[in-house]
Amino acid sequence: MSGQQPASRNELMVVAAARALAGKRVCFVGVGLPNIAVNLAKRTVAPQMELVYEAGVFGANPARLPLSIGDPTIVTGSTATVSMHDLFGLYLQGGRIDVGFLGGAQIDRYGNLNTTVIGDYAAPKTRLPGSGGACEIAINAKEIMVIMRQSTRSFVQSLDFRTSPGHLGGAVASATLRREQGWGGSGPSVVVTDLAVYGFNSDGEMELRTIHPGATLDEVKSTIGWEIRVPNNVVETPAPTAEELRLIREELDPTGAYV
Amino acid sequence: MRDAIAAHVHDGDTVAIEGFTHCISFAAGHEIIRQKRRDLTLARMTPDLVYDQMVAAGCAKKLIFSWLGNPGVGSLHAIRRRTEPAALAAGETLLEMEEYSHHGMVGRYVAGAHRLPFYPLRSYSESDLPKVNTHIRQVESPYGDGKIWAVPPLNPDVTIIHAQRADHEGNVQMWGLLGCQKEAAFAAKRVIAVVEEIVPTSVIRADPNRTIVPGLIVDAVVHEPFGAHPSYVQGDYDRDNAFYREWDTISRDPAATEAWLREWVYDLPDRAAYVAKFGASYFEGLTPPSAPSGVVDYGDYR
Repeated sequence: MSGQQPASRNELMVVAAARALAGKRVCFVGVGLPNIAVNLAKRTVAPQMELVYEAGVFGANPARLPLSIGDPTIVTGSTATVSMHDLFGLYLQGGRIDVGFLGGAQIDRYGNLNTTVIGDYAAPKTRLPGSGGACEIAINAKEIMVIMRQSTRSFVQSLDFRTSPGHLGGAVASATLRREQGWGGSGPSVVVTDLAVYGFNSDGEMELRTIHPGATLDEVKSTIGWEIRVPNNVVETPAPTAEELRLIREELDPTGAYV
Repeated sequence: MRDAIAAHVHDGDTVAIEGFTHCISFAAGHEIIRQKRRDLTLARMTPDLVYDQMVAAGCAKKLIFSWLGNPGVGSLHAIRRRTEPAALAAGETLLEMEEYSHHGMVGRYVAGAHRLPFYPLRSYSESDLPKVNTHIRQVESPYGDGKIWAVPPLNPDVTIIHAQRADHEGNVQMWGLLGCQKEAAFAAKRVIAVVEEIVPTSVIRADPNRTIVPGLIVDAVVHEPFGAHPSYVQGDYDRDNAFYREWDTISRDPAATEAWLREWVYDLPDRAAYVAKFGASYFEGLTPPSAPSGVVDYGDYR
């Protein structure tokens, strides 16, 4: 499409996250950027996907972009509206969720997340919202995708508080615990930031997969608080298509509130 | 509302005003502020603006919750000022905090409602939450398949719910997001039901699947149109997202917060005056176009 503005870093993040959802069936959605990514995926790579909102909706068809996690637009036209006991018990802990989206103030190399406090718990420097459903999504969704902007403040050597477990201290410990304790999920699989896409290696440690157009390896490394693993085969994230950008700009976030 | 709060909410009580984003009884919260209740333990999955306002007004000594924020906007600043030592005003003390995850909070109400000693769930493994909340504990499965996490029952002194309609007996019907109103109501010692509309019992009985709480457990029924604003009531009025954003600005400043409480709570006698102060056209702007459900046929069996 001629005359289209180039993709912003937030748009690169949303498009990369949407593409990671290709073929997924049941996705537990958050508000903000995950919400746009999931709705973009439903219009492109995952038309069959069921959107689940923790407020108690299965199979949502939001006609506008929800500002809050409990926006009335997620109810009207949904497949099922259920109590939160049913949502967390039957749907999430019952093993019906393929992908859960999480974010956080801090993430470490094993994909463990902090959404509770910065500083000491009893006397915090910054009080954050806390778990909400994150702790149980991390344990029960079959796979976790993370969307967050990267910086040395957010990609840290050690968390101030572990709200939601990822690969704990490594893949072996994680797999053993998850099996022994009957967790439904296998933990984080993808982390999408404004600069790059990461996966997890066989040790359960985050490693670089692709770098977004316009970002550099130096920039990626200097905004992570540990030495990120960089395999030999890192390539550039495929650029967003004109249609993906049009969907974001004209249908999903026409006022530019999120992206 | 004045009578219901005076009769059923006392200083030192544990109060749950439930409703997940949807149907939050701000009218009850404001009346509690007006009646200057003190030392309340406020339980809610998501404290939302209603508890930020009640904390700002000095009603609370403790919060029990699972997600502490202004949904879709950011922080609850009045509560943050009472949780971060650096932000604490002279003479103020830190709020007591007891936090769970969403499933854990729901489970607390379920255990309370079922009169059980705990609710088992898989959450909390390898999370730091049990380290800072010793009420989250592990129990051995009696069936030999390892340990499971447990949360204790929560039995509020009073639960306050908001819904679309009820009859005079307090049989409450609701649609849209159901949150944990039913569980929180059944767990409580006393229940106040606030509704947009009082309907004849025949309306309730024409659609019994829609009833979430029976009059059996309801101590007071309050008719309070627009009583959930700035939250919303499915089909009646939309969430006032502009106000949720505006509160972010107001609540950052203690003086502006106090001025807002003065203008919109203390200086008004009741919810009807609050609605009148906004004006009818304001709420027309929040009214969604209609999207009625189909009608189901229960059959007439004699």
